[in-house]
Amino acid sequence: MRTKWQRFKESYMLYSFLRDPVALGSFIILAVLVISAFGAPIVAPHNPYDSTTIDIMDAQIAPAWSDGGSSKFLLGTDAQGRDILSTMLYGMRVSLIIGIGAVCLQAFIGIIVGLLSGYVRRLDNILMRVADVQLSFSTYMVAIFIGAIIQTAFGVAGYDRVAVPLLIVVIGLAEWPQYARTVRASVLAERRKEYVEAARVIGLSRTRIMWRHILPNTLSPVLVISTVQVANAIMSEAALSFLGLGMPVNKPSLGSLITAGFEYIFSGSWWITIFPGILLVSLILVINLLGDWVRDFLNPKLYKG
Amino acid sequence: MESLINIKNLRVDFELRSGTVRAVRDVSLDINKGERLGIVGESGAGKSVLGFSIINLISKPGKITGGEIFFGGNDISKYSYDKMREIRGNHISMIFQDPMMTLNPVLTVGTQMKETILAHTKMSDKEAEAICLEKLRKVYIPSPEKRLDQYPHEFSGGMRQRIVIAISLLTNPKLIIADEPTTALDVTIQAEIMDLLLELCKTENMGLILITHDLAVVSEVTQRIAVLYAGKVVELGPTEQIISNPQHPYTQGLIKALPQMAGGADRLNQIPGMMPSLREMPTGCPFEPRCEISKEKCKTKIPTLTELETGTQVACFMREEGK
Repeated sequence: MRTKWQRFKESYMLYSFLRDPVALGSFIILAVLVISAFGAPIVAPHNPYDSTTIDIMDAQIAPAWSDGGSSKFLLGTDAQGRDILSTMLYGMRVSLIIGIGAVCLQAFIGIIVGLLSGYVRRLDNILMRVADVQLSFSTYMVAIFIGAIIQTAFGVAGYDRVAVPLLIVVIGLAEWPQYARTVRASVLAERRKEYVEAARVIGLSRTRIMWRHILPNTLSPVLVISTVQVANAIMSEAALSFLGLGMPVNKPSLGSLITAGFEYIFSGSWWITIFPGILLVSLILVINLLGDWVRDFLNPKLYKG
Repeated sequence: MESLINIKNLRVDFELRSGTVRAVRDVSLDINKGERLGIVGESGAGKSVLGFSIINLISKPGKITGGEIFFGGNDISKYSYDKMREIRGNHISMIFQDPMMTLNPVLTVGTQMKETILAHTKMSDKEAEAICLEKLRKVYIPSPEKRLDQYPHEFSGGMRQRIVIAISLLTNPKLIIADEPTTALDVTIQAEIMDLLLELCKTENMGLILITHDLAVVSEVTQRIAVLYAGKVVELGPTEQIISNPQHPYTQGLIKALPQMAGGADRLNQIPGMMPSLREMPTGCPFEPRCEISKEKCKTKIPTLTELETGTQVACFMREEGK
């Protein structure tokens, strides 16, 4: 009997993954980024959340290799004297949590709605029209609207506490129709197949057919859009933070770091904006490249020569 | 003989925008315990619809609009979807044409088999697995313990159909409806699967409804044959009688259309014309437009099944007169 691990080692998926340098490279970079982000308290040289260790006298120190740099701060410091590298790692953790959290929420709502509207035909019209309405609001508009209300309601101090869940909910709610549509489309294709008929003939209940038989067959497109959606959610969060509606400056995400540094870019402190920017771009790039690979792998019609 | 399932004047209609299509018209069939009945007819004659209507799973817009189906003393044609679930897969199983399609590609064979048992009886996972293994052995799957953990794509076509048959056996059903079970398989495997079905029906004393257009298959396996034409039974009787001495001109045409080894290299016979559209049924005998021996009477009146001395029932005015 082969174990799961042996099966995985022998699988075609692993083989084609290891043979694709782009996928492998992206995966390694992503793994390093994710591990260092979630291991930030251990990896990062300073703790940017701990105000006692921050010295305003260290403000705007250039990266270590340039003039006026200090070996204590590898990538320099920002306007408040926080170490850029540490802040970036902590910020990336916030960005990732929001991105993944929002995508989980999107997937949760979207899969349920898509499954129901694809399988239970009576609900189809109403659920899909709700999705259409949701899609006709732009993510940013909804986010700005809700963010503004919450900020007024809770005050700035209260907003700090609810910022992460709030952004997850806002971005999650704005994008679930993507999942709902994808899932619905594949449910519509799957429900006509004979194995569904066979499951009915066996005497299984509708819910069981829906969750056990149809859902697993619709998961490959879900997997593909998930990677794109994580990247999108991180970008949305960065954009909102850049507009001042996302994470507050004392708990920065990559987006709010970019904004924070933007004010100083003309005074010569370019590193405060550029490094978080590069990190954000590379994070999203590797996620998208991996997503591309997953899509190619799961689509047998798209063989690359 | 004890009756297993008794279909009385069953009618199935499809309400379409362009009108009502009568797919099954007043079909009455009676199957005894352990009996094997073949349903033959050309494409569109209503064979599969008849099969599906027995387990009340006709796809919309189809509906049973009349008649009764008695199974175990109850009229199951009136059962609700949920009540019917106790019968489906439990007392009546169905085998489909294409084994490539009837197994869920993302679940292991073992999962799908256990699921069937657990949907109908309460037992532990271990007990269910034991039953699965027993049934897999019955359909001659080698090393079934290993096979349970495999996915459908790891099996060949013939093997998959065996698995499908094993699944249909899991709950010891009293009746199996096999809808063209060998059409998607190649000829050598066809014979194997049919032999297997025949053997299982005999050993387990199961009833079998074999739906097919292949007269050769039917003649080997079944005891009785019902010939379906345009939703009506036109001939019903013992298998040998129908094969060797067909009465209805349509059945005669079907049998003549088979390639004969002895007949030399003449052109194959075929029945001229096509089955009438189910929407525009002729007012008289549905076969009349294609019939070689039809008379004026056939154009206006619909013949009913009448029993001949040979034991065959036939729906044709010409035979009634001849007797």
